[in-house]
Amino acid sequence: MKRYSAFAIAREAARYHTGWERAWRSPEPKTHYDVIIIGAGGHGLATAYYLGKNHGIRNVAIIEKGWLGGGNTGRNTTIIRSNYLQDPSAAIYEKSRSLYETLSQDLNYNIMFSPRGLIMLAQTHHEVRGYQRTAYANALQGVKTEFISPARVKQLVPIMDISGPRYPVLGGLYQARGGTARHDAVAWGYARACSDMGMDVLQKTEVTAVRSEGGTVTGVETSRGIIGCKKLSIVVAGHSGHVAEMAGFRLPIESVALQALVSEPIKPCMDVVVMANTVHGYMSQSDKGEMVIGGGTDGYNNYTQRGSFHHIEETVRALIETFPMISRLKMLRQWGGIVDITGDRSPILSKTPLGNCFINAGWGTGGFKAIPGSGWAMAELVAKGEPGPLAAAFGLDRFREGRFIDESVAAGVAH
Amino acid sequence: MLLLNCPCCGVDADETELAAGGEAHLKRETVGAEDEAFEAYLFMRDNPRGVHFERWRHAYGCGKWFLAARDTVTLEVFGTYPAQTKKPPKAIENALKKKRPDWKGWA
Ligand SMILES: Cc1cc2nc3c(=O)[nH]c(=O)nc-3n(C[C@H](O)[C@H](O)[C@H](O)COP(=O)(O)OP(=O)(O)OC[C@H]3O[C@@H](n4cnc5c(N)ncnc54)[C@H](O)[C@@H]3O)c2cc1C
Ligand SMILES: [Zn+2]
Repeated sequence: MKRYSAFAIAREAARYHTGWERAWRSPEPKTHYDVIIIGAGGHGLATAYYLGKNHGIRNVAIIEKGWLGGGNTGRNTTIIRSNYLQDPSAAIYEKSRSLYETLSQDLNYNIMFSPRGLIMLAQTHHEVRGYQRTAYANALQGVKTEFISPARVKQLVPIMDISGPRYPVLGGLYQARGGTARHDAVAWGYARACSDMGMDVLQKTEVTAVRSEGGTVTGVETSRGIIGCKKLSIVVAGHSGHVAEMAGFRLPIESVALQALVSEPIKPCMDVVVMANTVHGYMSQSDKGEMVIGGGTDGYNNYTQRGSFHHIEETVRALIETFPMISRLKMLRQWGGIVDITGDRSPILSKTPLGNCFINAGWGTGGFKAIPGSGWAMAELVAKGEPGPLAAAFGLDRFREGRFIDESVAAGVAH
Repeated sequence: MLLLNCPCCGVDADETELAAGGEAHLKRETVGAEDEAFEAYLFMRDNPRGVHFERWRHAYGCGKWFLAARDTVTLEVFGTYPAQTKKPPKAIENALKKKRPDWKGWA
């Protein structure tokens, strides 16, 4: 792999950019791999990357039915934060956030991590108490956050109306090192690094069946033939129920559409990510100048990648109340992704009823921020067959044992 | 935009009038059940791509619960029926078999 650098840009500029090579190979599938990962979203690719980097397992295929990052990884609003309440969540999300800090250098691929700061608005007294409690919990967990005053919120976000008629801003939970990153670049950067380690990223290859013998997976059937494996990892987000059915087990997951929209680009006006969970809307400004807006989830199971129209209305109404100046912006695009919501709204990194099959799912509406940490923890689980400290609390057995991670980390509201 | 006919009051209700209640025909467990049975009742879901039997409440209408058979990919509604049933009515099952020949059937 030729490394990207300022020098490389100068060299290519001097020869009409004829020397760039493809970022990743598109090989024919082999007949057998040590590990097959179903799903080339961020979580699948990161799992593969850390399998190679941390555990030396490189005979790996990542199988994707569509294109790289065409699932939720390329459809999300890219909010990154780690200000969670419960210890297991704070641990894995903070690991993830800290890996994001140096991911561009690590992958030699600019993922445009922008730790511009993130505020979660407190607009009811209940929220004030809740976020103060989170700030204290974060202090104990070593996650740097603070509870800030309305005046400080206004200072950070001048375009916000903090004295709105329904829900005036009473404060905010501020994480200065939260922010955003370029979603596609995260998938592309990991894919390039995986390909460079000799792994096969197989796009346009759909897994149609899982083959097993006596409780052990032997391989998968795909639209490009049967491929064998020693271990299987299912990382397909909204399609988890569907693929688990192929493998013969059920999950505590329901899939719904979550939508987002972006406005026409405007001059820089907001350099912080703002989430307003009571009125339900969140917004950031992309480097291109578009206002990136996250909507709500549908109330009922579906796989439409579109979402119900009335949720857009609710979201836009909430945001206009919070940021009156956006009321005349035109919206450019709207889209949806299928998110996987678990029974306790926390993710699953787990063994399964099949001995050599593992699952990573349930990140729901908030797993972009978790990609590096989840991949790190999942690679350990797949390599060793047992979860390490980051994944231990997220096993499937918690639903039977009633050991929930009671946090709406993946709920239909916040990201 | 999803429209469901409420079998309780007969109104064709818009989804904004309705509250979704998740998978239908779950076996309700109670005191004395094994952990596994409780887990299945509370959390395990079929979550299919395709035919789904589900609970709805006509929340901003008559307020009553009813059941529906719907495709989760196309959003096509195959029919709604009263909540006081243990399985989908024959008419809906027949309609489903015709429209979705590969449907694996009522479990
Ligand atoms: C509108 C929206 C906004 C969001 N905003 C945020 C946010 O601001 N911050 C945040 O942290 N998170 C956010 N999320 C959530 C985040 O996008 C997801 O949690 C995360 O991207 C999940 O990554 P993944 O790799 O698990 O899944 P995906 O990226 O969906 O990848 C799964 C892949 O599996 C493939 N696949 C499925 N079935 C098969 C099969 N049978 N064979 C082969 N391949 C298969 C799919 O094609 C897909 O590419 C948002 C999500 C949406 C939809
Ligand atoms: Zn009714």
